[in-house]
Amino acid sequence: MNTHAVKVIYKYEMLRAWDTILQSFATPVIITVLYFVVFGSAIGARIETVEGVPYGAFIVPGLMMLALLTQSIANASFGIYFPRFTGTIYEVLSAPISFVEILIGYVGAAATKSLIIGAIILATAGFFVELNITHPFWMLSFLVLTCISFSLLGFIIGLWADNFEKLQLIPMLVITPLVFLGGSFYTIDMLPPVWQTVSLFNPVVYLVSGFRWSFYEVSDVSIELSLFMVLLFSAACIVTIWWMFKTGYRLKE
Amino acid sequence: MNPIISISNLSKVYANGYRALSDINLDIQSGEILALLGPNGAGKTTLISIICGIVNPSEGSVTVDSHDIINNYRITRSMIGLVPQELTLGMFDTVWNTVCFSRGLFGKKPNPIYLEQLLKNLSLLEKKENEIMTLSGGMKRRVLIAKALSHEPSILFLDEPTAGVDVELRKDMWNLVERMRETGVTIILTTHYIEEAEAIADRVGVINKGELIIVDDKQALKHKLGKRKMMFVLEKAIETIPASLASWSLELSPEGKQLTHTYDMYSTHTGIAELLRAVDSAGLLLKDINTSQSSLEDIFINLVHEQS
Repeated sequence: MNTHAVKVIYKYEMLRAWDTILQSFATPVIITVLYFVVFGSAIGARIETVEGVPYGAFIVPGLMMLALLTQSIANASFGIYFPRFTGTIYEVLSAPISFVEILIGYVGAAATKSLIIGAIILATAGFFVELNITHPFWMLSFLVLTCISFSLLGFIIGLWADNFEKLQLIPMLVITPLVFLGGSFYTIDMLPPVWQTVSLFNPVVYLVSGFRWSFYEVSDVSIELSLFMVLLFSAACIVTIWWMFKTGYRLKE
Repeated sequence: MNPIISISNLSKVYANGYRALSDINLDIQSGEILALLGPNGAGKTTLISIICGIVNPSEGSVTVDSHDIINNYRITRSMIGLVPQELTLGMFDTVWNTVCFSRGLFGKKPNPIYLEQLLKNLSLLEKKENEIMTLSGGMKRRVLIAKALSHEPSILFLDEPTAGVDVELRKDMWNLVERMRETGVTIILTTHYIEEAEAIADRVGVINKGELIIVDDKQALKHKLGKRKMMFVLEKAIETIPASLASWSLELSPEGKQLTHTYDMYSTHTGIAELLRAVDSAGLLLKDINTSQSSLEDIFINLVHEQS
């Protein structure tokens, strides 16, 4: 294993976040605070509790997921797309390094940045609502798994995109709607039966549900199913990336 | 002695059907400097890119120090440094960070003493904390070389290293190549500049339309394909070549004041003495006689022209 390569890629990506600290860390926190003000205070005043949990506290896991998913994808996709765009990817491709090491470096850094953002949002939420984390281990597990799985998806997007528009296309047109329709701000049993069934095809439902369960023991689907779906999604992403590197898709001619 | 790089029946056809390389066979010896000459689109960069792992070959194989570049890519790539043609650098990185990154990427543990010496050799030490975007074009090219050498490779590929650089920097580059050769590094460079190949290479290969037309020792190439010309400058212009000189391969200049004879100076019998006597017998008054030897440039142009 080329551990030196993993270290330098990871360090390089983390330094890039540090250089753009306002964009990397402050922006998602400000957006989350705005969500608390709008959803927590304005709407929360009309919906007192959901399944016994105050609405302001109920949306905390969903809000964290919203930030983690978008940030994981943005960090990982930009991390690999930018060297492709500038041409510096030649160095990574000509180095004695496997796709696993490249993944650990780029996806590891993207997931770490998202984890930091998640922790900051959680701390920020503590100023607005009373937080109660019933299963801290599972909360942390879902947090880490979510950061990794969606960083993997971001990495795929960064390899697939051949211009900046495509880089934004999937996050804007696919991920954001999936997160909003994935039960971030409600439980899916609030929906009509048809939409409840449709929601089960949305992978974000399983993430939000499992994550919310770790806080309040309130979930739309079982914790085991949530965990299985996250792991399945991660495995599918890894297989896709493996295929991309094996065939040289958008990397080598 | 086993070649440090051995290329066998290597071909590359891109997805759009363009054949960039056709059945290339080439052995490169350890410690030599090989220059690959060829016009734009000849396949020089494709060949280098395949050996470095940036482009997948369609057919054939390449070994580096007897290791296959695909099955044993970790070993082969760790031996190779590549200076690309384009100035592909992270413009916001500092010189120091980017060379440290390159060294780590190639699996080497940090070695600040080596890297500082490397930057010093390339006149970059004073710029080590500068962002790359603040450097001149020549300095950026030096940074690319520093990155390629950061992991102490035994083989260095220079893809048109002096394209677009001024004469002074070009000479600096040549000196640098010479210094690297002294440390035992094998150097393969592609270039458009024949004078560059002539100045620094041991062997020269000519690629055109994806085919390696010829590869040989620089001097041997001149011997094999180089022609010598003898120019007779006449006192008075003539309209046609005298009939008594018809058997000689002579060419009359348009103004009729110069006869040129092209011959192979390495043949057993050049016939120069007979020609001089024949010119005298034909009653031509000579003002001057000049001779010239084909340069690599002439050879290169002839080879490419013949293939076209």
